[in-house]
Amino acid sequence: MEEVRLMKGNEAIAHAAIRYGVDGYFGYPITPQSEILETLEELMPWETTGMVVLQAESEVAAINMVYGGASTGKAVMTSSSSPGVSLKQEGISYIAAGELPALIINCMRGGPGLGTLQPSQADYFQATKGGGHGDYHLIVLAPATVQEMADFVGLGFDLAYKWRNPVLMLADGVVGQMMEKVVLPEQRPRRTEREIAEQCPWAVTGRPEGRGPNVLTTLELDPLKMEQHNLHLQKKYDAISAEEVRYEEIDTEDAEYLVMAFGSVARICQKAVEEAREQGIKVGLLRPITLWPFPAEAVARLSNKVKGILVVELNAGQMIEDVRLNLDTRVPVHHFGRMGGIVMDPDEVLGALKEKFNIQ
Amino acid sequence: MTPEQIKKPENVVAQRPALLNDNTMHYCPGCSHGVVHKLVAEVIEEMGAEHIAIGVAPVGCAVMAYNYIDVDWIEAAHGRAPAVATAVKRLNPSRLVFTYQGDGDLAAIGTAETIHAANRGENIAIIFINNGIYGMTGGQMAPTTLEGMVTATTPYGRRVDLNGHHLNISPLLAQLEGTCYVTRQSVHTAAAVRKAKKAIRQAFENSMKGLGTSVVEIVSTCSSGWKLTPAKANDWMVEHMFEAYPVGDIKNTTTQKS
Repeated sequence: MEEVRLMKGNEAIAHAAIRYGVDGYFGYPITPQSEILETLEELMPWETTGMVVLQAESEVAAINMVYGGASTGKAVMTSSSSPGVSLKQEGISYIAAGELPALIINCMRGGPGLGTLQPSQADYFQATKGGGHGDYHLIVLAPATVQEMADFVGLGFDLAYKWRNPVLMLADGVVGQMMEKVVLPEQRPRRTEREIAEQCPWAVTGRPEGRGPNVLTTLELDPLKMEQHNLHLQKKYDAISAEEVRYEEIDTEDAEYLVMAFGSVARICQKAVEEAREQGIKVGLLRPITLWPFPAEAVARLSNKVKGILVVELNAGQMIEDVRLNLDTRVPVHHFGRMGGIVMDPDEVLGALKEKFNIQ
Repeated sequence: MTPEQIKKPENVVAQRPALLNDNTMHYCPGCSHGVVHKLVAEVIEEMGAEHIAIGVAPVGCAVMAYNYIDVDWIEAAHGRAPAVATAVKRLNPSRLVFTYQGDGDLAAIGTAETIHAANRGENIAIIFINNGIYGMTGGQMAPTTLEGMVTATTPYGRRVDLNGHHLNISPLLAQLEGTCYVTRQSVHTAAAVRKAKKAIRQAFENSMKGLGTSVVEIVSTCSSGWKLTPAKANDWMVEHMFEAYPVGDIKNTTTQKS
């Protein structure tokens, strides 16, 4: 019988990381995600799986530890919240440029600046459009439940190694802090040095007899070669876009209106959809699970079926830009959001839907 | 006697280490980097560590160190080499992990990473090239630039009231419990080169023994940045740099005093 546990989303991430066989976690305390580091320190995985857990001197150091660890082919991760993730952007750009597999978690809080400790989704642009310098993309997963917080650790690393690309789990203070039941994955062994050498021939492991030096650098002074590297990256991003789009559709078959939301807000919207249907308004929900690659095809298809789309986010209107870019028709698209750490309730969503689309 | 008759293994008295490859170095004439690269390659070779060595290169003149020494390398972001090396060593404890950093990288933008890696006593060796200037970007003021020294960003000389004091970071690192060996060397004479090599060897051995962080500062010349000929740069270094940065061991907890 599977073991059902009750825990916070942040705690679930820590447990899932150990059970996935992660080699190293490097982090710095920041609310509302400090339980990830705290839980790992409490569980002492270095005594069991051999996982390294280190509290770094800064988010900058932590992401560069991830860069170093990932360069050696190890499964490494870091987590932070919005202001800390801003600090990590330089390192994330290097990790993307070096095509290193790694998992980064942003448990978003309200900004800008030091902002607030309460939940937000205002880092959508940063997560999906770059954040750091240069043309690169992260694979961005948006968990809506504590179960997904746990599951996306494994999914994130699987995708990161499949594509040699960093994966960002874009969570928020709601899913990080709330307690829910969760089924943790089975314990897996960490990969052996031999497996790493086989699976990651690029890894900087110390040059064994018979192979030349492996060098992990993101510098290329010859612009023609640098352009080739960029073209290679773009080709990879095209392939990821074609293969890795994930989303969830609820009640869209007969929907006259579509609500779009990601992460914890999608669950609030799910309740709003239920309430709307009780009132006879046919509303469906489209929840992107990957924010990059964005479910462009699903938006285009559904835009042909509905009278209007309401994009609900804990920000001033960020994902709505991707929705508008991918419409296949001139269907009206509106945004409803709360900011600064305020989370809307289902009634507000339903009220906004009625108001924006003039539904009696 | 023909050259072929002379070129026999038994006649070799000095040669380039095999790990130092044929690539033409980008360093300027008179620069200390080339000598230090050779010493690092020699020490790795003599320790038989070429299959376990992982170097972490900085941003600065040594950014392309990986082009010259045939071991595995990671090129870190500016100042972050000690953080990168921390993870490499912790995740791969059997490897010889060293950083190779300049003064801007180690003592300005990377001060936090340097101090905290050293304070944690990470089992890494830090090779620290101190030439008192930013070489790669064209001779701007470094944290280690001496008072009065003319650079691209202190065209009238470094002024304490405007630019602060030169930063003598090695004694600061020596104060930390995590460092086992902090030494300052130079490579401007044959005798100095021999001593510097010995220091690098000890630093590398310390990290393999798990004794803590070792720092080998090499007071170096930058003829291009200093706008001096290589010979005059050496003289200037002896006359001015050694006063602010005297060579010798600053800390060594690894040897028993007799």
